[in-house]
Amino acid sequence: MTDRVLSLRVNGETHEFAAGDNLTLLEAIRARLGLVGTKHGCDLGECGACTVLLDGLPVLSCLVLARRAEGHEITTIEGLAAAGRPHALQSAFAELGAAQCGYCTPAMLLASRALLDINDHPTTDEIREALAGNLCRCTGYGKIIEAVHLAAARGNG
Amino acid sequence: MASGHTVVGRPRPRVDAMRQVTGQIRYADDLTLPGMLVGRQLRSPHAHALIIGIDTRRAEALPGVAAVLTGADLPIAYGILPVSQDENVLAVDKVRYVGEPVAAVAAVDAATAEAALALIDVQYAPLDEVTDLAEALAEDRPLVHGDGIGRNVHRMASLEFGDVDEGMAASDHIREDVYFYSGNTHAALETHSALASYDADGKLTIWSSTQVPHYLHRAMERVLELPAGRIRVIATPNGGGFGGKADPFSHELVAAKLAMRTGRPVKITLDREEVFYTHRGRHPALMWVRTGFRSDGRITAMHFKVFLDGGAYGSYGIATLYYTGALQTTTYRIPNYRFEGVRVFTNKPPCGPKRGHGTPQPRFALESQLDKAAEDLGLDPVAIRRVNLVEPFSTTVNHLRITSCGLDDCITEVVAASGFAEKHGRLPPGHGIGLAVGAYMSGAGLPIYWNDMPQSEVQIKVDRGGGLTVYSMAADIGQGSTTMLATVVAECLGLEPAELNMVTADTDLTPVDLGSYSSRVTFMAGNAALSAATKIRTRIFEAVADALEADAADLDAAGGRIFVAGDPDSGMPWSEAVRRAIAASGPLVESGDYRAPDLAGPYKGSGVGISPAYSYSACVVLLRCDPETGMIEVERVWLAHDIGRALNPLLVEGQVEGGVHMGLGEALFEEQAFRGSMHRGPSLLDYKMATTLESPPVETILVESFEQEGPFGAKEVGQGPLLPVVPAVANALYDAIGVRADEIPITPDKVVAALRDMARGKPARFGPSSIPDVDFPAITRVGRPEEVSAS
Repeated sequence: MTDRVLSLRVNGETHEFAAGDNLTLLEAIRARLGLVGTKHGCDLGECGACTVLLDGLPVLSCLVLARRAEGHEITTIEGLAAAGRPHALQSAFAELGAAQCGYCTPAMLLASRALLDINDHPTTDEIREALAGNLCRCTGYGKIIEAVHLAAARGNG
Repeated sequence: MASGHTVVGRPRPRVDAMRQVTGQIRYADDLTLPGMLVGRQLRSPHAHALIIGIDTRRAEALPGVAAVLTGADLPIAYGILPVSQDENVLAVDKVRYVGEPVAAVAAVDAATAEAALALIDVQYAPLDEVTDLAEALAEDRPLVHGDGIGRNVHRMASLEFGDVDEGMAASDHIREDVYFYSGNTHAALETHSALASYDADGKLTIWSSTQVPHYLHRAMERVLELPAGRIRVIATPNGGGFGGKADPFSHELVAAKLAMRTGRPVKITLDREEVFYTHRGRHPALMWVRTGFRSDGRITAMHFKVFLDGGAYGSYGIATLYYTGALQTTTYRIPNYRFEGVRVFTNKPPCGPKRGHGTPQPRFALESQLDKAAEDLGLDPVAIRRVNLVEPFSTTVNHLRITSCGLDDCITEVVAASGFAEKHGRLPPGHGIGLAVGAYMSGAGLPIYWNDMPQSEVQIKVDRGGGLTVYSMAADIGQGSTTMLATVVAECLGLEPAELNMVTADTDLTPVDLGSYSSRVTFMAGNAALSAATKIRTRIFEAVADALEADAADLDAAGGRIFVAGDPDSGMPWSEAVRRAIAASGPLVESGDYRAPDLAGPYKGSGVGISPAYSYSACVVLLRCDPETGMIEVERVWLAHDIGRALNPLLVEGQVEGGVHMGLGEALFEEQAFRGSMHRGPSLLDYKMATTLESPPVETILVESFEQEGPFGAKEVGQGPLLPVVPAVANALYDAIGVRADEIPITPDKVVAALRDMARGKPARFGPSSIPDVDFPAITRVGRPEEVSAS
């Protein structure tokens, strides 16, 4: 497959590099840009661990071709904190023990951020619905839901 | 230190929490090295076949391929247990399950590596398969291990404590029930990954998502034929373990061998399908239990039989087999007890240790049967448990030493919080509530390989500026072991856990801890850390006593200061005290260790089940079941856990909630299911685990029994809370719709079929009704502890 120039805007920075058209956004982020905070758990869109934001909306980066993400604003976990200050969600997840092994955490945070961006005081059911595509094997989700509530109460971001 | 703790007992974030939430924490697959190659493994498409020949020439000729390996390159067998060295890194002569690694490549990128795998030509001669328990126990099937035909029995056990016949004869009521617990798997979100590097000086380094760096180190020494000192194992933070990363694995040894062969770093990361084949999950267990009761509910005798389908290799299986018979006696006083068990080999991925290791299956059977017996005898589920409760500081009939036991309090708490007494038998149709209890070890009493060295060692070094570093091989698999170590040391020395530098799970830098399995780390590494910290504390107190015009024994440490006890405003800062200690007696470096007491009983097999202390749990599940669809919705779970002492209640609650999650999954959804020898769905789409939508609120109640041998009184929490959840669901289902679930997972189709049976006047249950006729070995009779000690 012929490589062509790919231009991705990630966390406010533009990256240009040569890539085949079959490169997934997940591979681009992890292997080409070195932003390894984004995780993979299945590469089939089943676990949600690779969630990033595309123009503020959560997508499974393992199912998105990198070329499709051209012209969009991509946010990864490395871009969630603004100016070195943790996002309210990050502080809340840390304080309440919402991360155990931490592997699903970047994706959970980004999916939660997308929710709070459109709904600054979600109900528990709304949080559960918004995070239903993100598997966690450690926590049973209770502390994750509590942390989203806490971040919402403190004000998003 | 007995009172006034400033760190222990307070909920605090993990010491690595900010790195976790910012994506800075580095798992094995996040690591890259210059010149790194990608490794991939070719896996068998056959469940049982002879390997006639392997031709790797076309793969080797593919541009970009650096090395190709087959079983002949790594001929030394290995396995986690010294008695089960039955695995090859890459299959030699024969494959035993679909997905078994047969060959491996290292190439410049993943696409080239995968193309190379397709160019490896393996000639197989398929053999008949052994796919289930019945086939494995037949006399005329091919042997999975060995040549020819015969029974595929891996190991049998037959033990009797006391006199079961006598106990049964003395009973007023005998129940006999059969249960089946399906196999299931860990499904940690992180897939296994290993990066190996072999430098020009002949030093091999591996970064791996392993729970057991010390045991991996030993396996590498054996298989790769390198001196231990030339191998460095670094366990990266595990993205979940649950027992699934507690064996040495093919991909780890392959990555190392490929790095040695090529002189370049090689990384192998399993894909999700490969993880399902790597497995080592819960053994499917067929169980038969016959128990005699007095009319007041007291157990007079129990006879327990188990049949485990172990899959293709040994793994931890012999230990698993004994575990299925060991811990029944840790919750209830069973005066006469007989255990017979068999583990068989089949042509499926190997089973091994999963959270609770061999004990959730019998716990499900025991707690379900107690509910039935209570109904038979006109007792309520609480009463029949209370009348049988094990006494604290007692010895069980199978020679397990019980120390602290908060089970009675756990039952009281969970019954009160849930309103069990008011709800049980009184909820509207379709709504039910169930109770069950459990117990688990705070660490296996013996190491996996026999040795007389400590089970855990910790070092602490304090630099001249007051900075403190803790060195321990304990692997953080998400349970928070690093935070636990920091908590113990910080409490002892009056520091903040987050201030400490933690160096963990690195065989070059850290002294041995046996690993994150058997819920041993808090108890064993925690005690070792406390021992080391206490030595540092003593040296510092002695160095500053004169300056503070006090006896060293009267000093205390808290808030970053050393002071006369009771007068925190006196004294001096920690950093000043450290300077004085180094000036007085040299480098401020100390080590501590932990050895479990010698607890083994007077019989073969007694090494399994002993532990310095047991944690206890009681669980109530409230659910509703739609009789039309069989769908079950768990509405709420209450779980009381005797933790001994919660070093960090936030992390303890997290372990309880995680155990409940996994228990509910095993009860309702999860199954490592096969069609013959083929996995039915090796993906997270087909393997159903609970999402946010299926996860009920969990109310955690911590009971503190202050275990005298635990660090600050602590016991385990990582595994125990899962145990009672599964039978509590089954018991709640009976309360809701009158159907006995004698098999898990409890799926809607089974529930609907049982309700139809009920409507036709048949027994309203689902599950097995019989067990195979197996000639177990002659019973080994073991005297009761009082008889043995008297003789």
